[in-house]
Amino acid sequence: MCLSLPARVIAIEGDMAEVSVGGAVFKAGLQMVDDVTVGDYVLLHAGFAIEKLKEEDALETLRLLQEMDDAISK
Amino acid sequence: MKYVDEFRNRRHIAVLAELIAKEATRDYTFMEVCGGHTAAIHRFGIPSLLPPHVRLISGPGCPVCVTSARHIDALTALASGEDMTVALFGDLMRVPGTLMTPAEARAEGADVRLVLSAHEALELARLNPERKVVFSAIGFETTAPGTAVTVMQAYSEGIDNFFVLNAHKVMPPAMEVILREGTQIDGFICPGHVAVITGSAAFEFIPRKYGLACVVTGFEPTDILSAVMMLIRQVNRSRPSVEIQYRRAVSVAGNIKAQGYMNEVFEPADVEWRGLGVIPLSGLRLRDTYRHFDAAVFPVYLPESARPNGCICGDILRGVSRPPDCELFASLCTPDHPEGACMVSDEGSCNTWYKYHSHE
Ligand code: SF4
Repeated sequence: MCLSLPARVIAIEGDMAEVSVGGAVFKAGLQMVDDVTVGDYVLLHAGFAIEKLKEEDALETLRLLQEMDDAISK
Repeated sequence: MKYVDEFRNRRHIAVLAELIAKEATRDYTFMEVCGGHTAAIHRFGIPSLLPPHVRLISGPGCPVCVTSARHIDALTALASGEDMTVALFGDLMRVPGTLMTPAEARAEGADVRLVLSAHEALELARLNPERKVVFSAIGFETTAPGTAVTVMQAYSEGIDNFFVLNAHKVMPPAMEVILREGTQIDGFICPGHVAVITGSAAFEFIPRKYGLACVVTGFEPTDILSAVMMLIRQVNRSRPSVEIQYRRAVSVAGNIKAQGYMNEVFEPADVEWRGLGVIPLSGLRLRDTYRHFDAAVFPVYLPESARPNGCICGDILRGVSRPPDCELFASLCTPDHPEGACMVSDEGSCNTWYKYHSHE
């Protein structure tokens, strides 16, 4: 139950959003997050979006992994 | 960016495993606190990617597992009331109380409903004004703000047939108890989704007071392996601190809005953890303004708690035993016939071990 999953926002109505986790659609309360728009990814936990996922930081993490990979492959 | 596959890159997993093997120059034991991490670690076969002297052990972070038998007893007692409906998360259904599980109470005719969120429990109350709906509120900082938002909603709508049987808990005091009781570890894989709400700052006391390494990490294989590598480096350099690997979701300060809802509705209180006993100020209680939503207003008869059935969930939650150390494991206790909460939940250590190791 403590699972939180990345979910894509597909519709917003007031404080509630419809979100998709790999095609399965759930409802998510938006009370805890600001400035969410359709297409954003949020973390879905027990019926609430608990945070908006930050693409820039995700890309930075992936870049560091790639750097490590490149260093070791040399 | 889908935030899943990108962090499961096989090549990156192999590189991280190689680096860990190179840098792990002594014995290390790290505790993952979150049940979600325990499940991910075994699902992705992380232990098989680590050298044998890098050990991961599980801690008390499965909310279902640490929910006390008394909470289940109160739920089943409430559910037997004539105009009462009890709403709970699915994982709780088969958790043994002293006398029975919620599923057994339902089989005997009690009105027990599964919900996916606190919202849905409140909706049940709106739709059934003649019934009193009790929501079983379990979970850590990740879940508590959702309960808080829902209670505030019930308050503003003036709903008077919605109640909360509250067993919310907060993580840092339990981590401190584990250290005080002498479980020997070199650092924590800090609970990533708790940290989304609390911020990594909530764990600062661990390196400061106990000199132990901490990394807040995500739930994909490269996240977990990166965290192990960062922890090893902290230990090797004798520079314990709190690092955030899970930057796409976690900040130092956390989700301020969610913290605001929690503080509005709850105040810290002592609470009982299954296996760990009462931990001071590790729970959340409804503040006076919202106290009338507390299901404690209904007097229920609770049986004397007595479950000496050989279950050692408590030791497992503290990281001093592993599931195969339990005599009942995989023989008398299985996911189909769980004796303890750790075998029920998908995030419980015994359940996870049963699924991924029982045939070894
Ligand atoms: S195997 Fe079953 S009885 Fe043994 S500790 Fe785990 S949950 Fe308890």
